[in-house]
Amino acid sequence: MKEQQDNNLEIGETVGLDNVSTEATMAAETAEAAEAAERQGGEERELGVAEETYKEMSPLRLILRRFFRSKLSIVGLVMIVALFLFSFLGPIIYNAFDNVPWIHEAHEQNLTLEEAVDRSYHVELAPPTPQTMTDLDGNTFTVTEVVELENNTGDANKLMDPGEGHLLGTDDKGMDVFVRLMYGGRISLIIGFIVVILETLIGIVIGGISGYFGGWIDNILMRVVDIFNCIPTLPILLIGSFVIDSWGLQPDQQIYVLMVIITLFGWSGTARLVRGQILGLREQEYITATEVMGFSPWRRIFKHLIPNVMPQLIVSMTLGLGSVILYESTLSYLGLGVQLPKAAWGTMIALAKTREVLIYHMNVWLPAGILIVIAVLGFNFIGDGLRDAMDPKARK
Amino acid sequence: MFKYIVKRLLISIVILLGVSIIIYFLVRLMPADYIDNRFASQLQNPNSGINEETILEFKKLYGLDDNSFMGILRGYFSWLGNLVRGDLGNSFIYMKPVGQVIAENMWISFAIALVATVLQFLIAIPLGITSATHQYSVRDYVTTVLTMIGISLPTYFFAYIAIRFFSVELGWLPNSGLIDLSKNYADTFGGQMEKFGDILVHLILPIFVTVILSIGGLMRYTRTNTLEVLSADYIRTARAKGLSEKKVIYKHAFRNTLIPLATLLAGILPSLFGGMMITEQVFSIDGIGNLAYNALRQGDIPFVMGYNMFLAVLTVIGTLLSDIMYSIVDPRVKLQ
Repeated sequence: MKEQQDNNLEIGETVGLDNVSTEATMAAETAEAAEAAERQGGEERELGVAEETYKEMSPLRLILRRFFRSKLSIVGLVMIVALFLFSFLGPIIYNAFDNVPWIHEAHEQNLTLEEAVDRSYHVELAPPTPQTMTDLDGNTFTVTEVVELENNTGDANKLMDPGEGHLLGTDDKGMDVFVRLMYGGRISLIIGFIVVILETLIGIVIGGISGYFGGWIDNILMRVVDIFNCIPTLPILLIGSFVIDSWGLQPDQQIYVLMVIITLFGWSGTARLVRGQILGLREQEYITATEVMGFSPWRRIFKHLIPNVMPQLIVSMTLGLGSVILYESTLSYLGLGVQLPKAAWGTMIALAKTREVLIYHMNVWLPAGILIVIAVLGFNFIGDGLRDAMDPKARK
Repeated sequence: MFKYIVKRLLISIVILLGVSIIIYFLVRLMPADYIDNRFASQLQNPNSGINEETILEFKKLYGLDDNSFMGILRGYFSWLGNLVRGDLGNSFIYMKPVGQVIAENMWISFAIALVATVLQFLIAIPLGITSATHQYSVRDYVTTVLTMIGISLPTYFFAYIAIRFFSVELGWLPNSGLIDLSKNYADTFGGQMEKFGDILVHLILPIFVTVILSIGGLMRYTRTNTLEVLSADYIRTARAKGLSEKKVIYKHAFRNTLIPLATLLAGILPSLFGGMMITEQVFSIDGIGNLAYNALRQGDIPFVMGYNMFLAVLTVIGTLLSDIMYSIVDPRVKLQ
């Protein structure tokens, strides 16, 4: 906050010197400067400038400005951007390293790096040294042992320590931990975004209809919301995943069904939020105006009411991303989410169930957990920052 | 008030019916059929006297033979009929009435949750208040970041870290179960006390993990409420009267920050009694959450139904209690 104060002072001085800085880019700073000036008991002339320049700031700019003022939201944003680069660009960069044996092999077998098992098995032997022998007759001859090593013995390099070729070692199947972290990130982020968007869509429709029409429609829809709200989330997700598991789908198809299941039992909160907001907004004059203008209820709900709920929705979506990622990883941890050979952070941590991995191979499970924390924490920071930035009470 | 409660309870019954229908249909669709699992090995052996027909017979006995829509519907109504008579059925894998299994095993989960909740309140509320009174200070940032990390940690991951560090690396605490299996506890008072002490030691890690993971939510809640209260007019009045900052915060502000917390207290009912599936599973504690997880895996339909309905009832009661609590602590709120 110290920086901000310095900033205020600096601009306050500029305003004091020449109060013609009405450029659009300067608008935000000037408004803040005016605020500062006001606090310092500035002259009326300066307040006049504040009113004039304040108009030039769009609400979006105002929100962005307030968002970037908080250090935590910037940290969160950096974390999420880094995670996106890591999971979506990382594998592409990795694919370029054709000189690493196991990557080369994966390319030859047309496997994605995520599914590739390192089979470039090699045993270090002592260099062949010729041995001189003498037989009973006294003849001397030299023997050099030649060992033929098959490059592909079928054995995987399991649980390797971090080192050359494998930045974070390999897991219990000989798959590269570092690469699987990237692919796991892809899946977690994609699942998170799709589920949250679906949840929000369902929530908007149900909550919007319920809040706008009220009466018996509201009563019925809200009882449905109550029912979904009362179902214990983790047990029902487990049951649902068991059911999907029995359908015998391909791992990548299963991911889509998994998203549907998480959505199905997660939309009720959003619906409630939308309904609550709309109940309040519906009584305002501008909605009466749309009624007088003869707009259809559909248009009134989705064009005039929902956009006003968007700020709260965006906050709840951002915070929801974190919790969806946590649920997905928990399911994967229990072996019911993303299936092998697809990578998921949860399944990687589940390897720590084995005592050997828990104690001696922390490189296998620790990074996955840290990435989950970074993802969830990042979204939480951004969500909190957005909430503070969009809070209408804070607009002074 | 009385009328309100009765109305809410009636609505709750409708909600619980809806919940039970959804859960029952999903559970019946689960692949892990208890009978199939149980006799799978015997089916391989021709001498065991178990064949497809006997299995079908058993399924009929358990009411699992007809997996069509009507069959499941019939199964649901027979389950519901028994429930009305107060019978939750017998658990397949624990071989006892479901109610009894829940009643016997929920206390260990309850003990962990109770201690964890008390600690959570004791730590989170003061943290939240200092964080709010020193808004934007280093202290505020540090507590915010640390508690947010707590919320973001997956339970099982943090549990493994705790085990790896406190149990393996330092060797201070045991990492699984409730008692030391290698020990023989004498049947005397001293022996029982030793056993009790051992249980306490075994509970430290699970409680520690639960507390760390749950502080964040409550702390942020307290912080937001305190900030709101501190900007109220009567706080300015109190300051204007020349009261010391300590008095302003702890005498005037603190009480009002407790209002939302009181409602929160009623809402934690499910987490108090419902057990913690993941924590109990990682630490292999036979609490109700772990039992439910095993029941789920093995297709124990009566127990899964019983457990989920138990949780749903707790949720319904918790919500109702917190609404009532809200009108008690804040007289401005009228229940209707």
